Amino acid sequence: MSALATTPAAGTHRPARTTRPSLARLTAVELRKATDTRAGFWLLTIIALAALGMVLIQIFTGSAEDRRFAEFFGGAQLPVGLLLPVVGILAVTGEWSQRTTLSTFALEPRRERVIAAKLSAAVLMAVGVVVASLAWAALANVVAPLVTDADASWSFSAEGLGRVVLFQVVNVLVGTAFGLALLNTPLAIVLYFLLPTLWTILGSTISALETPAEWLDLSSTTMPLLDGDLTGEAWAQLGTSLALWLALPLALGLWRVLRSEVK
Amino acid sequence: MITVEHLTKRYGAFTAVNDVSFTCVPGTVTGFLGPNGAGKSTTMRMISGLTPPSSGTATVNGVAFRDLPNPGRHIGVLLDASAQHSGRTGREILSLSAQLLGVGRKRVDAMLELVGLAGPAEKRRVGNYSLGMRQRLGLAHALLGDPSVLMLDEPANGLDPEGIFWMRGVLRDFADRGGTVMLSSHLLREVEAVADHLVVIGNGRIVADGAKDELLHAGGLYVRGLEPATLEKALTEAGLSVQPTRDGGFSVAADAESVGRAALAAGVVLLELRRADSGGLEEMFLRLTSHHDADDSTKDAA
Repeated sequence: MSALATTPAAGTHRPARTTRPSLARLTAVELRKATDTRAGFWLLTIIALAALGMVLIQIFTGSAEDRRFAEFFGGAQLPVGLLLPVVGILAVTGEWSQRTTLSTFALEPRRERVIAAKLSAAVLMAVGVVVASLAWAALANVVAPLVTDADASWSFSAEGLGRVVLFQVVNVLVGTAFGLALLNTPLAIVLYFLLPTLWTILGSTISALETPAEWLDLSSTTMPLLDGDLTGEAWAQLGTSLALWLALPLALGLWRVLRSEVK
Repeated sequence: MITVEHLTKRYGAFTAVNDVSFTCVPGTVTGFLGPNGAGKSTTMRMISGLTPPSSGTATVNGVAFRDLPNPGRHIGVLLDASAQHSGRTGREILSLSAQLLGVGRKRVDAMLELVGLAGPAEKRRVGNYSLGMRQRLGLAHALLGDPSVLMLDEPANGLDPEGIFWMRGVLRDFADRGGTVMLSSHLLREVEAVADHLVVIGNGRIVADGAKDELLHAGGLYVRGLEPATLEKALTEAGLSVQPTRDGGFSVAADAESVGRAALAAGVVLLELRRADSGGLEEMFLRLTSHHDADDSTKDAA
């Protein structure tokens, strides 16, 4: 190997000082990991296309007064809210199924920092997707009046944007927490979709569960974030349901990941 | 420098690694030998902070792995070459880690070049790599942070003879420049050619630890006579430790004179009497790993 003689490859000069990789750098690496595989890339592409599809449907359905920027934007959130959590799940469980934890945790043995980076990356992706859906909504709002009757109003508030960002951030964090608690891709995806739905069905059929459901059913407690009906009670209900669906699996996941043996 | 002190790992009633201590010093290649399931990988995972030990400590350059700032700049670890995302290309895997380590793209290019994966191979997904190519990528990954210590678990697995020869060259060169190398294997021959120091583990315990030449010498003498049965009887009666070898000879832990005199006294014609060759190390390896419970004397070397 001529390379051996010319590269400092096997050189062993010691770096005088090394510093821990910053959380920003770890987050950048996690963002790259979420997008550099076929599964990650196509999942994000499908999310973007589904959001586009949603605003296109809105152009041709519903009533004219609903064809305005804020409504297009709101509609685009539904497929995003459904699929983005899967990105969060895969960001965690993919490492276990592909056994890349061996090198991930050998390069950053402080596993809590890796988890923090994964959560940060998930939040950034949620923000990124919401920003991208602003573009789809704007496109739809320009096109709609050309092809049909449309209100085409651009009225939109920063408060509304903030609520929607929070909605998507909450969703993707819940997905990531499920991934951490279960460390298994199919199990985490199935339970993520099944458990809250089951809860919703139970809450609506069994009258005794009606009140608990108002406080613990994530799909109903997060709705005000999209509708804008954020009363004090709605915030309290959102917080309670997040304790169950976010804080609990996150704590369980942290405990598992920090203690487990990586093989 | 890798220092392991009284490392123990228990899984319930089963003790996978039992009070293991050894040191890998700069400038040397340490072969970590043992049959499958002896505790090699568990020990290496404990050194790299992936498995919490039940008791004992391990340090790299004097620091516990967890406390190393950016560990990849100090120790390159390759525990399982197949533990990479099959959907990423070889280059992408190195680039990801390079970003985390804070080394540039040039280092990625240099490492791909070094392990012979530069060009079309670097753009292929690792799922399509042969095991040998994964080992090469794993070595490139371990070297990426320009560490002073390398720890490799069965790195020769899946490499062709030429690849094994090449890897020996890389590891030898790394150690000769002052680096510390620890590599494990269940095949003695693989390690024999490159290691200066051997640590042998069997059933979770260190059964031999010393310079390779010393341990080779400990393999003793090889003697073969015209009448094997008579020779064995004579040597045993002379109080020498005799171990029959597969070819009808014996390995004897004694000096040539004692063996010669015992043979002379019994009137046995000797056909061979010499220092045991590398095969002796193999016999030692087999003996140590199968008889270590009974033979406590070998543990004194540890």
